[in-house]
Amino acid sequence: MNVTVKIFYMNLSDQSLEKIENLIPRFPLKQSAVLPLLHIFQEEKGFISKNDIEWIANKLDMQPINVYGLVTFYPMLRESPSGKRQIKVCRTLSCALKGSYKLCQKLQEELNCPLDGTSHDGNYSIEFVECLASCGTAPIVQVDQKLYENVSLEKATDFANAIRKETETGKEGNFNWNL
Amino acid sequence: MSNQQQVEKVIVNIDGIDVPVPKGTNIIEAAALVNTEIPHYCYHPKLTVPGNCRMCLIEMGMAMKDRATGQPILESDGTPKIGWIPRPAIACATQAAPGMYIKTKSELVKNCQKGVMEFLLINHPLDCPICDQAGECRLQEFSIEYGRGYSRFVENKIVKPKRTLIGPRVMLDDERCILCSRCIRFCQEVVHDDVLGFIDRGSYSTLTTYPGKQLDNNYSLNTVDICPVGALTSTDFRFKMRVWFLKKTNSICTESSVGVNTEVWSREGIIYRITPRRNDDVNDTWMSDSGRELYKLIESENRLRKARSHGVAISLDEAHIRCAEILPTGKTVYIGSSHMSVEEQFLFKDLIVQHPGEVYWVSHVDEGDNLLISSDRTPNLRGALITGLIKDVPVDNLDNLAKLIENGEVQNIIVYHEDLTRYGISESQLKKLNVIYLGTHVNPTSEVARIAIPTLMVFEKSGTFVNQQFRLQKFVQAVPGPIGIMPDINTLNRIISLLKKENDTFSSIKLIWRQMQSSIPQLRDLSFETIPDGGILLNAEDYGAFDFPEGKTLHFEAKTKSQV
Amino acid sequence: MAATETRMILKYVDQSEYDNSIDCYIRHGGYEVLKKAVQRKPEELAQEVTDSQVRGRGGAGFPAGMKWSFLDRKSGKPIYLICNADESEPGTFKDRQIIYKDPHQLIEGMMISAYATRTKLAFIYIRGEMYDGARILEKAIEEARSKGFVGDNICGSDYGCDIIIYRGAGAYICGEETGLIESLEGKRPYPRIKPPYFPAVLGLYQCPTIVNNVETFCHIKIIAEIGGKEFLKIGTPNNTGTRIWCVSGDVQKPGYYEFPCAAITLGELIYEVCGGLFPGRTLKAVIPGGSSAKVLRADERYKGKLKDGSEFDWSINDIPLDFDSVAACGSMSGSGAVIVMDDTRDMVEVLGNINEFYAHESCGQCTPCREGSLWMKKITTRMSYGDARPEDADLLLDIAKQIEGRTICAFGEACAWPTMSFVSKFKDEFVTKAQNKSTQNSLI
Repeated sequence: MNVTVKIFYMNLSDQSLEKIENLIPRFPLKQSAVLPLLHIFQEEKGFISKNDIEWIANKLDMQPINVYGLVTFYPMLRESPSGKRQIKVCRTLSCALKGSYKLCQKLQEELNCPLDGTSHDGNYSIEFVECLASCGTAPIVQVDQKLYENVSLEKATDFANAIRKETETGKEGNFNWNL
Repeated sequence: MSNQQQVEKVIVNIDGIDVPVPKGTNIIEAAALVNTEIPHYCYHPKLTVPGNCRMCLIEMGMAMKDRATGQPILESDGTPKIGWIPRPAIACATQAAPGMYIKTKSELVKNCQKGVMEFLLINHPLDCPICDQAGECRLQEFSIEYGRGYSRFVENKIVKPKRTLIGPRVMLDDERCILCSRCIRFCQEVVHDDVLGFIDRGSYSTLTTYPGKQLDNNYSLNTVDICPVGALTSTDFRFKMRVWFLKKTNSICTESSVGVNTEVWSREGIIYRITPRRNDDVNDTWMSDSGRELYKLIESENRLRKARSHGVAISLDEAHIRCAEILPTGKTVYIGSSHMSVEEQFLFKDLIVQHPGEVYWVSHVDEGDNLLISSDRTPNLRGALITGLIKDVPVDNLDNLAKLIENGEVQNIIVYHEDLTRYGISESQLKKLNVIYLGTHVNPTSEVARIAIPTLMVFEKSGTFVNQQFRLQKFVQAVPGPIGIMPDINTLNRIISLLKKENDTFSSIKLIWRQMQSSIPQLRDLSFETIPDGGILLNAEDYGAFDFPEGKTLHFEAKTKSQV
Repeated sequence: MAATETRMILKYVDQSEYDNSIDCYIRHGGYEVLKKAVQRKPEELAQEVTDSQVRGRGGAGFPAGMKWSFLDRKSGKPIYLICNADESEPGTFKDRQIIYKDPHQLIEGMMISAYATRTKLAFIYIRGEMYDGARILEKAIEEARSKGFVGDNICGSDYGCDIIIYRGAGAYICGEETGLIESLEGKRPYPRIKPPYFPAVLGLYQCPTIVNNVETFCHIKIIAEIGGKEFLKIGTPNNTGTRIWCVSGDVQKPGYYEFPCAAITLGELIYEVCGGLFPGRTLKAVIPGGSSAKVLRADERYKGKLKDGSEFDWSINDIPLDFDSVAACGSMSGSGAVIVMDDTRDMVEVLGNINEFYAHESCGQCTPCREGSLWMKKITTRMSYGDARPEDADLLLDIAKQIEGRTICAFGEACAWPTMSFVSKFKDEFVTKAQNKSTQNSLI
């Protein structure tokens, strides 16, 4: 009689759980799967809670402090929820030379969102991140998973409006921005 | 036991001196052999090498050899030409190899040391006046010896959590932490309780436990010992005393037969803390937390401070006289203890000779923790074997004796330190007899004893123990005992003299050793003064077939019967 | 020297009818080299790589063939191959083009390398921000697997090797090879001390490991195709093959351009290929190899001797773009990222921006880098906001000298060199900054 054990974890969808089960055996050592697992959590829920950390630690025979150390080390992994849209403006040299600092400030004003914080309506959060590796088309802004190039200061207002419209209509990534 | 394999030695030149060292020794240890200190923080001889403090940077070079012929190249004055590596190397990760030249005092090395010291101090809080580590702090010591001497930092220092209780016995101050990771490595590698870790990154890295988890294993205070700064401190010792006022005395932990080597820190007769002493054959540099707490028993409420007879205090002289009167009146049974030192056991044997009777012994067996607490919770069972007091490993009950008492075949019991009611003899049975109790604390047996004579704890006397490895280790008196209590050997000697009806002869450790040298073959060539600090192994051949209760602990493997 | 590109790796990348599917790749002759490579002996392929003198394109410029030769084959442990696609060096964006627009080239190069080094399992460590890049690579690997180019029995041979995509999560230190290995093992990415943890001996899971850059693997595919000796003809001795230069900053046409080594000078790159500076501006400084490289001052004269003994006396525009010439001028070509700054830029603020990057990205393992990078950042930030002191310039220089060479990994040099070069070459600006008490900042 075949009994299949269904793994259940209330914080994750079945799809993600299945992905996890298929992922872990691919690595020669179980512990290597911790970063991919953290990504799965981050992408589905938007952040990684303490319960998630303990679940992952248990799953991979690790101590929770070591998983917690990873979550706090990597800037992309978050411990608490943030806005619906993650807006990341690059602050490193090439983009700074093209005005990314002023761009970031402008976007904060336009979207009513503090730096490293979430806007009041919970829709946006803005971060200043390090080099996004597209310096030739600076300034660079990454919104969720899409990269937007040549977002100069003059276009900041249009850009903010485009994101706002996109968020409000719920149609993701539909505006053709890249020039 | 002799070293069978010959360890290959190589010659390393340190600051112009040729030093023969075993191959593969790291340079910090090699330099210590020629009394050269290479300052370091993260390196610890008993943990893996991390190489992250960068304080032990030294200049390294190899003797140059001609590529074609393989012959060494020489300078004009005949000395070997040395190819100095421009980039400094860390001494803790460099292993001795033939033809290696080391400079620990060159300009480059001094510059490196000044630089690293400066970097360590720029975010370090100005806590010295309130920090327990002052006086034994490596930041203080190395900044005097190797630092720049003044600060150039005018920015704001980083703020991190201070005085956080990360465990019942350990207090953490994150601002003082220099991120050497010794505590993390200790918990991972020695205790296998991986509960500490770093979070965040860069200069904001912080040592912590996972929220909800604590550093509460039985070896947590070792992290306080190995922390080079005042980040991890003991809650028990917190703010009690400055370490430069304390006197250090060598002692042995009596928690189990491992015989952990300790240092007792005291001032004016009061003990403030106990720390482990390094012994690479017994306990490395570690000690259990429960062993450290034993010093608190000195002041515990049920300490026996005065001689008593049926609960009434009497003078010590009177107690001795009455003992000597009671013993010859009937059949006497002697119950010694594995808590007695070798000297006391020897004298006890002498006492038995005066008025022979049967000897009983009890065991104290509990589960060992595979590290530094063995299953035998007494420090000196083997001393009793060597002195000939007992002939075999004791059991955990006194049923035989209980039967004898029931049948009225025993009149007197003289018991040292044990509580007989835990081994199958009831209080009512004891009340029928003349019980003479010698011990440090009050217990049900001492309450019903005809005579109770107070004795000293291990911190208050000197002596030797024989641990599970059959290693003879000595301990020295650290503090005086409570007023009016005579050292155990003197008490026993008094009673013996009274029984012999002789004048009171003086006894001391030295005199007892002279007697032991002549009567115990194992100890023939030894004396108390010549026992080395690390102990000395005795011949254990005669005891190979005995069924000792110990299992595996650090540096000890129990022999199975089949191996004998 | 002609200022037109010679595209070998980026040959098809911007052509309108080219996409990143396997069918398109095969139509353009893809995977033929792999098919031939698995018919040859692995040692032969490795020897071709050594003969070609190709140097790593990740930033260190270490000869790839020599790196492969250090592999420990005696221990019997499995060998791992890792592609370092964690492109995070500021100014660099060449690997992105390869991954997004021609991923199969990378996969073919990796499989050839895996076969040549007898690898058991290969990984591509891609930075976490490149979501689409990871998806493109996953799809490409599945396509290649379906056609027998990845996985068991490659091209019908006995050899098999799989590729796993591993996404990073935003740490620059994962671009350091031992930091990458620690991250792959699921630990905090603290680089390892070398000795003893050389990746070729004790790498991933303490087994022999090779870590190479994306562009390097593409070159290896070309070497396997044309042979090591033919490859030697491209570029100059010890600086073989083409390089992709990523230009950004104050030029009119920033972007990525592929040239053979030493085929173009810095002046030609800036003025002819990238359309020169904006009108009315003059060149002030150029960082030739990503922000970790030392800055080159525009009005300086560069004199010295090259490795072959010939002497040189160049202005900044004359410096040929390859590994050795740029190194001879006191900098390094690093990852090939050229950042151009004109005379409107305040060097203190530029350095402040760079220092903030390094202070943020330091992993915190060893003392000099951890404390020193943050200290330097605090000083330059303070200076940028009008609170500079005249002695700050010398202090910065001193701190940087205390970091360089004293750390576990090359991050120490990476965070010290910008400070050392900016302060020593533009000393006057740093000293006179103390007189400028304005809190206005042109960059920020």
